[in-house]
Amino acid sequence: MEALQRVFGKNSAYWLIGPAAVWLAVFFAFPMLSLLSTSLSDPSGSPIYGYTMTWELQNYVEAVGDYWPYMVRSLWYAGIATLLCLILGYTLAYAIAFKAGRWKNVMLVLVVAPFFTSFLVRTLSWKLILADNGWLVESLKWLHVLGEDGRLLATPFAVIMGLTYNFLPFMILPLYTSLEKIDPRLNEAAADLYSTPWQRFTKVIWPLSLPGVVGGTLLTFIPASGDYINSDLLGNPNTQMVGNKIQTLFTDASDYPHAAALSVILMVLIVGMVLFYVRRAGTEDLL
Amino acid sequence: MSLADGVRGDLKLTGLHKRYPNGFVAVQSLDLVIPQGSFFALLGPSGCGKTTTLRMVAGLEDVTKGSIHIGDQEITHAKPYKRPVNTVFQNYALFPHLTIAENVSFGPKRRGIKDPKDSVKEILALTELTEQASKKPTQLSGGQQQRVALARALINRPDVLLLDEPLGALDLKLRRAMQVELKRIQEEVGLTFVHVTHDQEEAMTMADTVAVMNEGRIEQLGAPYELYTNPHTTFVANFLGRTNLIKGTVVGREGSGADEVVKVDMYGTVASIKASRVHTDAKEGWIGIRPEKVLIQPEGTSIDAPGASLPGAVVTDVSYIGVSTDYTIRMPWGQEITCFEQNTGRRGGLIPVGTKVDVSWRPEFAFLLDSAQDAEAGIVEED
Repeated sequence: MEALQRVFGKNSAYWLIGPAAVWLAVFFAFPMLSLLSTSLSDPSGSPIYGYTMTWELQNYVEAVGDYWPYMVRSLWYAGIATLLCLILGYTLAYAIAFKAGRWKNVMLVLVVAPFFTSFLVRTLSWKLILADNGWLVESLKWLHVLGEDGRLLATPFAVIMGLTYNFLPFMILPLYTSLEKIDPRLNEAAADLYSTPWQRFTKVIWPLSLPGVVGGTLLTFIPASGDYINSDLLGNPNTQMVGNKIQTLFTDASDYPHAAALSVILMVLIVGMVLFYVRRAGTEDLL
Repeated sequence: MSLADGVRGDLKLTGLHKRYPNGFVAVQSLDLVIPQGSFFALLGPSGCGKTTTLRMVAGLEDVTKGSIHIGDQEITHAKPYKRPVNTVFQNYALFPHLTIAENVSFGPKRRGIKDPKDSVKEILALTELTEQASKKPTQLSGGQQQRVALARALINRPDVLLLDEPLGALDLKLRRAMQVELKRIQEEVGLTFVHVTHDQEEAMTMADTVAVMNEGRIEQLGAPYELYTNPHTTFVANFLGRTNLIKGTVVGREGSGADEVVKVDMYGTVASIKASRVHTDAKEGWIGIRPEKVLIQPEGTSIDAPGASLPGAVVTDVSYIGVSTDYTIRMPWGQEITCFEQNTGRRGGLIPVGTKVDVSWRPEFAFLLDSAQDAEAGIVEED
């Protein structure tokens, strides 16, 4: 610290914040302002000739009126995927934290292993696995789990499964960090104080793992509700999420103002939900 | 106030044996009866099996062989949450997300008592924690946390309260204060306390009965006074306080009944040892005498002790403690022994190093141990 002060003077803290602050100003604040201004621009402009900012609030009204089903579907799919991730992730994180012994590190590496290949490639490979003439669908048909014309690809099931698969590590890691910090002797103390295994979980382990639960659900829910890759590759036109709509409005329809308005609505909605959720969970100190 | 109402019973361990999967035998066929309402200490160095024994009673460790009873009720394989036993854990294991009052009411609530407010109040008063009731454990000092751990266990009125090194994490001064405190609470509630510790002073000041454990077995069991004054093995003699052990040869017996003494030749001087304090049948033995029982006097002056005195010893080291002085004395046969002398002022100063002294002790204080045992067994480095 003293050495830093010698180089930068008394205000070394500002110098340290500086680079990141400049970066955020250029690559976060500026695009955000641009997005806001586009969302309030006259939609009769074009991406090539530019848009005029006219406080066009009508864009928001139209975005909500036209696209609210996509919004609802996004939150619904992301909610189910988050819940599935929580159930799968909690059991796995619990096992890694308390039961894995010397396999702990190996298991953690395996959890992170999918990140070694790209998100897109992994989702594409699910497209092959779930394909109509693939071995999985054929086997399920043979077992009469699926009907003669049943399919997996291009169904809501495939989209939610894809979301769950892709965001599971983001759930497991914060959960593991929380669980791993819990002193196993607390479990013994609870057993000594007349708690059945289930009570030990609900009264001691679960409340102490709440920071991980909140962290994990946020890291899963937020990107999942804005995702469009899974729906694009594994879904059909009826499984489109708000992310798909924003994408098509930007790229195919070149309707930047409505796309921007929809983005802002999604952002505000999620921030609102997160604030409410964190308050309710009593883990404000996470923010 | 007495929490010990209703029919309970003695804690009875029969042939209790613990073998870990890696082959290590922590507890070897232990037989032990701990009377209801007593303050019992399991004393021993780390790894002697005392904590394993405690954890088996709590149900936190499986029993390999043998049985555990409280009164007529067998609990050997009962689930920990179904035993009438509670534990004060070594590092307290307080629930960090709950307040002190919630920690304390944790047990009663699990047993279906909806609103244990009155008993919580009562137990917090007993442990002097009333003002801390709504704080979280991390806001308390070590001594307060220790009392919360105690209150959290006591409120359940267990048949047996297990204490696993409960004072180990406290500093010396606080530890001494808490010893008195724990003893007071035990007398007040009248429950059976089983206290595991490696601190011999702690065990002796608090417990009615102390069992000294070594390598998974009980070396000796008895009241602190009995254990200290009449140890049966070199391990007990050394682990409880300090002992001078001098080689001797049995030369004969005199008297009978309570007055019977064994005559032991010790490098030419014959010492008499009460037969009740002789713990070997062999011809050779270790004569044990506690340092504070050793009397010394500069050569030529009389010693206030009956029986023989040993001439020809030399003071080789003097360390003045204030309340007492530790003398190291080289005996004529070359062995160094220790003598603690109270500084009553009678001597009017210290005996300087190099002084020739006569050494003696009252014969009733000496004991004779098996010479096959290691004279260094149970000696612990001060921590």
